[in-house]
Amino acid sequence: MSAAALIRRGLVYVLLSIAAFVSIFPFYWMIVGSTNKSADIVTGKPTFGDNLLANAATFFHTVDAPRVFWNSAVIAIVGSLLTLLISSLAGYGFEMFRSRFRERIFAFMLLLLSIPFAALMVPLFVMISQAHLTNTIAAVIIPGIASIFIIFYFRQATKAFPSELRDAARVDGLKEWQIFLHIYLPVMRSTYAAATIIVFMANWNNYLWPLIVLNTAENKTATLVISALTSAYTPDYGMILVGTVLATLPTLVIFFLLQRQFVEGLLGSVK
Amino acid sequence: MAQIPANEAVQPRLWRLARPARLDRSEQINGWLFVAPALVLLGIFMIYPIVWSLWMSFQVGKGMNFSFGGLKNIQRLAADPVFIRALVNTCIFFFVQVPIMIVLALLFAVALNDPKLRFRGFFRTAIFLPCVTSLIAYSTLFKSMFAADGVVNKFLLFLHVTATPIPWLQDPFWAKVLIILAITWRWTGYNMIFYLAALQNIDRSIYEAARIDGVPSWARFTQITIPLLKPVILFTTIISTIGTLQLFDEVNNITVGGPSDATLTLSLYIYNLTFKFMPSFGYSATVSWVIVVIVGILSFLQFVVARDRRPVA
Repeated sequence: MSAAALIRRGLVYVLLSIAAFVSIFPFYWMIVGSTNKSADIVTGKPTFGDNLLANAATFFHTVDAPRVFWNSAVIAIVGSLLTLLISSLAGYGFEMFRSRFRERIFAFMLLLLSIPFAALMVPLFVMISQAHLTNTIAAVIIPGIASIFIIFYFRQATKAFPSELRDAARVDGLKEWQIFLHIYLPVMRSTYAAATIIVFMANWNNYLWPLIVLNTAENKTATLVISALTSAYTPDYGMILVGTVLATLPTLVIFFLLQRQFVEGLLGSVK
Repeated sequence: MAQIPANEAVQPRLWRLARPARLDRSEQINGWLFVAPALVLLGIFMIYPIVWSLWMSFQVGKGMNFSFGGLKNIQRLAADPVFIRALVNTCIFFFVQVPIMIVLALLFAVALNDPKLRFRGFFRTAIFLPCVTSLIAYSTLFKSMFAADGVVNKFLLFLHVTATPIPWLQDPFWAKVLIILAITWRWTGYNMIFYLAALQNIDRSIYEAARIDGVPSWARFTQITIPLLKPVILFTTIISTIGTLQLFDEVNNITVGGPSDATLTLSLYIYNLTFKFMPSFGYSATVSWVIVVIVGILSFLQFVVARDRRPVA
């Protein structure tokens, strides 16, 4: 290897190491912070302290943690399952049963992808309040179930689904929905894994729409409640960081469980 | 290039001829059944609100009492200094943040695609990790890390990058920088994963051939990698454009739009107009259509640019 190539190689390692450090440091900071007093956190103490139990006690005293995490979990799990089901059905349908008319609808849908949520939130809020659905979990979940992004993703991934499998299943006399359920679903496992990460994160972290439709204490999600804690005049960061560790754990666990399939699944969709 | 569309056009026709008409009808029915639930939901929760908001943008009045106002809302936009500031801020975030993030994501992806690189799995996971954090976690972390005496300022002082602590949250300029840093931290790895997936589909022999022909590595990057990744780059750019132009969560949680509206975005302004002040649905619908128009124009421009940029042979 020439000297120039060696230097370049070294530079790549230095750059990636800096990027990795910058990416990971806030996680370290979060864990360290949850063991420190608020005053130490805002003055940048980078080492572990002994205030974890006190912070946790304050957090569980201030926040009805079981309730808010239960609300978040219901929204994230039910919302993700429905989104995956409805959107993958549509992605499969658009790719497997092509017709000129449906192709036009699909093209129109892609145009809609560029409509930002900000343009929808006011009318959606009026619709939800006219239907007397404010402060319900359904109001949070239902508007997001049909996701154009996820439909598009599933359609792209379905292009890699071997059509011989479907033909064989038809010869065996399986109905179309059975083919979807018993053949497509298991074959496309990694596609679903990647979509699960994306959809679960989006639902779990959803902030603006729940902020608009959930106004009573019993319905609020963990994200909303912890966010309200940070807007205090002098926020108690030690206590809040205990909350953020808890709020980050579910997405982190899902990610590490599905990580292998995640890249595989994305690979299929970009082909 | 001419081959592919021809194939695509011919194959479905042959395939249709080979099947009896009755099956064709059941195919049609099945096709509709699979897509119907999604289309119905999109109709109710997307098409209807869009049409409603377009109609609303011509209405004036407070709360649920409104009357037709013609172009009054648009006149109000032009004379509204807060709107102008939100528009300028949103554009600054877009023009600075999206290019930085896309370039970083591409560079990381190309570096990580090298099979001879050690610790690839570690680097990939580390750089992707930020987008797994919950929004609230990362907003809180950034707020506490960038406090006046916080860990970031301590570190910068230690390195002698700056002589006095940077007022990240108090100064209009640095507050914008902080928001840009925060979004870039969160989303670069997410975009990188798309490029990484696309890169793995590129045949390595193309690079080998180019290397043997003596094409330098920078030229391999600009003339092979970039053109082949164009569809993915276009896709992520448009997604990032939409995301940045409707920025809300970060500014509401890290800076609350401040100091003195320095990080107020259009989405945050719409939220304030609707849910903080006496609701003025017509006017906030008009502001939201400004975002739709900007996203539309930018997506179109990105599409045109991506289509015209041909590799120089």
